[in-house]
Amino acid sequence: MGEALSLNRQKEVAHALRAFLPERAVLFEEEDTRPYECDGLTAYRQVPMVVALPESEAQVQRILKLCSAMNVPVVPRGAGTGLSGGALPPGDGVLLSMAKFMRVIRVDPHARVAVVQPGVRNAVISEVAAPHGLYYAPDPSSQIACTIGGNVAENSGGVHCLKYGLTVHNVLRVRGFTIDGEPIEVGSEAPDAAGLDLLALAIGSEGMLFVVTEATVKLLPKPQCARVIMASFDDVERAGNAVAAVIAAGIIPAGLEMMDKPATRAVEQFVGAGYDLDAAAILLCESDGTPAEVEHEIARMEAVLTTAGAVRLAVSRDEAERLRFWSGRKAAFPAVGRISPDYYCMDGTIPRKRLGEVLNFIAEMEKKYALRCPNVFHAGDGNLHPLILFDASRPDELERTERFAAEVLEKCVAVGGTITGEHGVGVEKINQMCTQFGAQELELFHAVKRAFDPAGLLNPGKAVPTLARCAEYGRMHVHGGALPHSELPRF
Amino acid sequence: MSLSAHLSQLQERIRSASERGIPLRLRGGGSKDFYGNEPRGEVLDTRAYGGIVDYEPSELVVTARCGTPLAEVEAALDERRQCLPFEPPHFGAATFGGCVASGLSGPRRASAGALRDFVLGVKLIDGSGRLLQFGGQVMKNVAGYDISRLAAGSLGTLGLVAEASLKVLPRPATETTLRLQMAQADALRTMNRWGGQPLAISAMAWFDGLLSVRLSGADIAVQSARRAIGGEEAAEGAGFWRAIREQTHEFFSCRTLWRIAVPSITPPLELVGAQFIEWGGGLRWLSSSAPAAEVRAAARRAGGHATLFRAADKSAGAFTPLEPVVMRLHRALKRAFDPAGILNPGRLYPEL
Repeated sequence: MGEALSLNRQKEVAHALRAFLPERAVLFEEEDTRPYECDGLTAYRQVPMVVALPESEAQVQRILKLCSAMNVPVVPRGAGTGLSGGALPPGDGVLLSMAKFMRVIRVDPHARVAVVQPGVRNAVISEVAAPHGLYYAPDPSSQIACTIGGNVAENSGGVHCLKYGLTVHNVLRVRGFTIDGEPIEVGSEAPDAAGLDLLALAIGSEGMLFVVTEATVKLLPKPQCARVIMASFDDVERAGNAVAAVIAAGIIPAGLEMMDKPATRAVEQFVGAGYDLDAAAILLCESDGTPAEVEHEIARMEAVLTTAGAVRLAVSRDEAERLRFWSGRKAAFPAVGRISPDYYCMDGTIPRKRLGEVLNFIAEMEKKYALRCPNVFHAGDGNLHPLILFDASRPDELERTERFAAEVLEKCVAVGGTITGEHGVGVEKINQMCTQFGAQELELFHAVKRAFDPAGLLNPGKAVPTLARCAEYGRMHVHGGALPHSELPRF
Repeated sequence: MSLSAHLSQLQERIRSASERGIPLRLRGGGSKDFYGNEPRGEVLDTRAYGGIVDYEPSELVVTARCGTPLAEVEAALDERRQCLPFEPPHFGAATFGGCVASGLSGPRRASAGALRDFVLGVKLIDGSGRLLQFGGQVMKNVAGYDISRLAAGSLGTLGLVAEASLKVLPRPATETTLRLQMAQADALRTMNRWGGQPLAISAMAWFDGLLSVRLSGADIAVQSARRAIGGEEAAEGAGFWRAIREQTHEFFSCRTLWRIAVPSITPPLELVGAQFIEWGGGLRWLSSSAPAAEVRAAARRAGGHATLFRAADKSAGAFTPLEPVVMRLHRALKRAFDPAGILNPGRLYPEL
């Protein structure tokens, strides 16, 4: 589209939106739209044509009806903390900010549910539930900023999801609008809603199927107490085996995290969490429950970790120390951001038993690409977050980083894992989807998308690559319906 | 015949049926023939494609082919002190594939989650006979739409679940069942109050003036919950929960059985007939000859839905009718997975 044409289009769409939205809710001047140019994945930027900031469901409905009628792409956005570019704006469409949907509609302590608007921040739900002894379990590291709408779109996890599950396990119902502006509600406070499980399909769909305007979430009784063990290992692989040993002993820790030495060193300078800097890797292993249960379980965990080769154990003595141990893990990304001009976070998940192999592979890639890569790891559920350190201002470092990341993600698929455990595909990992899935699966994903959004207007170009793109990426043989790398145990 | 030949045969049967427009009735052990609307079509027996593919206790995942007897999977887990936490009913010679496709969960559903919460991945043969794979064997996986969970409970209308991976958990170290005399309304209030407290409760049920509470977990947790709850310890606790799970309890021998799902805090439903309450109040089994419209209206008023679970006459439809938008999406999804409409037609809804 020529510049004059696209300016005309912008004027036309903004004008049509202004017919029912207040002036301050429709942004199109570059100084106003520029702040929306990226989400947490800052390597990809695009200034949106128009930003709409509705504050009621009726407004969302009208925006969608309008965009549908005018054939304008729509990208929903929560807090913009996503790490995969899922909310990268459309240059020729409307960025639909749900930031004004900040109301907690209802907290029902007896039924143990909260009904919230999608712009409510994750941590706020637990805050409003706290007076009733309840909380909302999924706790992504960005929980003070990220919103429940974004969590639904990405099926966010956190450090406690081995025991308490992901967003999909903790959201009971969502309602919203299809791209045509039709109201839709899936799931319910009654268990096992009738028909196909469209709620499971919607959660983690990266805003591709419909726009969520309200969610009912499950609240859990807050454990009376929690304590965490910091276990030091002088070998990374031994730490990985200790994780398997804990689980083989029949223990499901409330949290089970691993950090390698480069990661603990970066973090220690930043927050002073009290980590053992001599250890090749540390494990954080948490128990929660009644004080007596925790005491009993911590003793069992200590025994297993010692047998598995832990060289030092430190158990949090009080809540302040527990939070301090966790502060380092939760601050790992910003801490790494301090020691390197840029970093690139990966999100592959692998079967735990392949951890040693994958970590060795990452070490090889560090040499191959001459880039450092500290590792933080949701060890309990096999979700790796290697952080490649680079400097975008140096020639070819970003490109080397992307090749490094692509090789690691492909390795994750090769060992039976996945390219993304909790951050989503977005625009970032769209090429690796060609490695993860065959042409037939991708075709079916597109068919699912068409069932909800035949014109492909909602968050276009995200999450599922076209077959043409895969062919171009060169990882897939689209002819003859043959699966890529069919020899690999991908299932 | 080799396993891969059995798999090819399943694919071939579906592909050829789709070309000829012949409806197929996907069937494992036939233990849930009664469930859903009346099955139609040529039987496609899945039992030859069986066996556990992979089970590593430290990964907390079991992968098995559809024809594997559910009892075989559970025995393998039991040997390693693990279990399927959602306690699926067998109702006879259930298969693993049928368990996933029917999506039914047992007594522990309110505390541990439903079958769909434990589904990690599936291999699915779609309505054109293509073998597709979604999800995998890892706990966290957000690559692509969650087709695995969509397939769970779809009653074979989207595809034949040829293989599935489920998350498993350690078997509780200790279990005990407590009994308290209580009227229904009190029991509902009490179950919801306890549900909001950090107690090691794994199942709660009420029937005929008696509230049953099962405690599961570490010995120390069970003992402290027992003190908090009180009541009498039941001698035959394990057998009682098994009888509910498998519906061998005398209550379930009724002629017409409704399964009414409601928010757990819903007060006693005013309906003719006997009720058996499970899932801390979220599930109300009803034995009643009340007209379907009346039962469904009561469920709807409470914000829930009613399934005609076992009945000689299912002309009212087994499942609660869907909102038009949701039904339209169901039909569009059905077309995406099974364009010829041959897989278990009508089993879930007449329109699918």
